[in-house]
Amino acid sequence: MSPSRPRPTEPTGATGAAEPDVPDEPVPPRRPSPPVGRPRWDVIAVVALGGALGSAGRYGLLLLWPHTPDGFPWATLGTNLSGCALIGLLMRLVSTQLAAHRLVQPFFVTGLLGGFTTFSTYAVETRGLFAADRPGLALGYLVGTLAGALVAVRVGIWAADRVRS
Amino acid sequence: MLTWAAVLLGGAVGAVARFGVNWLAARASRPPPWATFTVNVVGSLVLGLLAGVGTALPGWVGALVGTGFCGALTTYSTFGYETVQLAGSGPAGRGRALLNVVATLTVGLGVAALGWYLGSRL
Repeated sequence: MSPSRPRPTEPTGATGAAEPDVPDEPVPPRRPSPPVGRPRWDVIAVVALGGALGSAGRYGLLLLWPHTPDGFPWATLGTNLSGCALIGLLMRLVSTQLAAHRLVQPFFVTGLLGGFTTFSTYAVETRGLFAADRPGLALGYLVGTLAGALVAVRVGIWAADRVRS
Repeated sequence: MLTWAAVLLGGAVGAVARFGVNWLAARASRPPPWATFTVNVVGSLVLGLLAGVGTALPGWVGALVGTGFCGALTTYSTFGYETVQLAGSGPAGRGRALLNVVATLTVGLGVAALGWYLGSRL
């Protein structure tokens, strides 16, 4: 995620006026990373839209696939694993595609996939399974989601490479 | 209908909040897993609290703050992606990936349980 293109930002030079009388002094070493500019309103708008749609998708899946407090949370598992496969795919495509539109990543990755997948529900459901005296199921859910998520990200990256070649 | 509207609104606000945390972390030159770790811990605590309070709250609050806001504030996709990226960035990266996983899971689960406990006592 880190090699982000420098965004157009406000001028970043020193705020004080330059003093011509002062002899040239060695310029202090600058931070290597470019300064982070204030996000544009259209970026924030697509993040909000993506987050709303992603959350609605997650909620819809939860309605279609309900579970009892001591049952296995299949809906959340399916949400998180598919979201992980999609983020691997999208990030790989975005980072290797020079012409990706600047709103693609905020909308799809930060908004849609961020809204669709959830860590908080996963944590609370795991706690609920422990509390419902289902420690085996709780551990299976905890570790199974993690392992599945890491595999799903790699599958997504692999699929992106297949698509491009 | 009200529930759907609450989920949509909460999701929009939660996603923007996470975007804001990402932005603050980038401005403070914090490397990737920090922002995600922060939002996941905060969201798990809040959702734990809500779940602990339980049915004392009207349903739309759970949809707005729980399903919408906390769901969108926290993320599994970025957590998974950043872990894979860290693991692929050399031997030191593998250690950091493992640390990210252990810290996120233990702290996230811990604060969810803490929130639940506190919420159930309200």
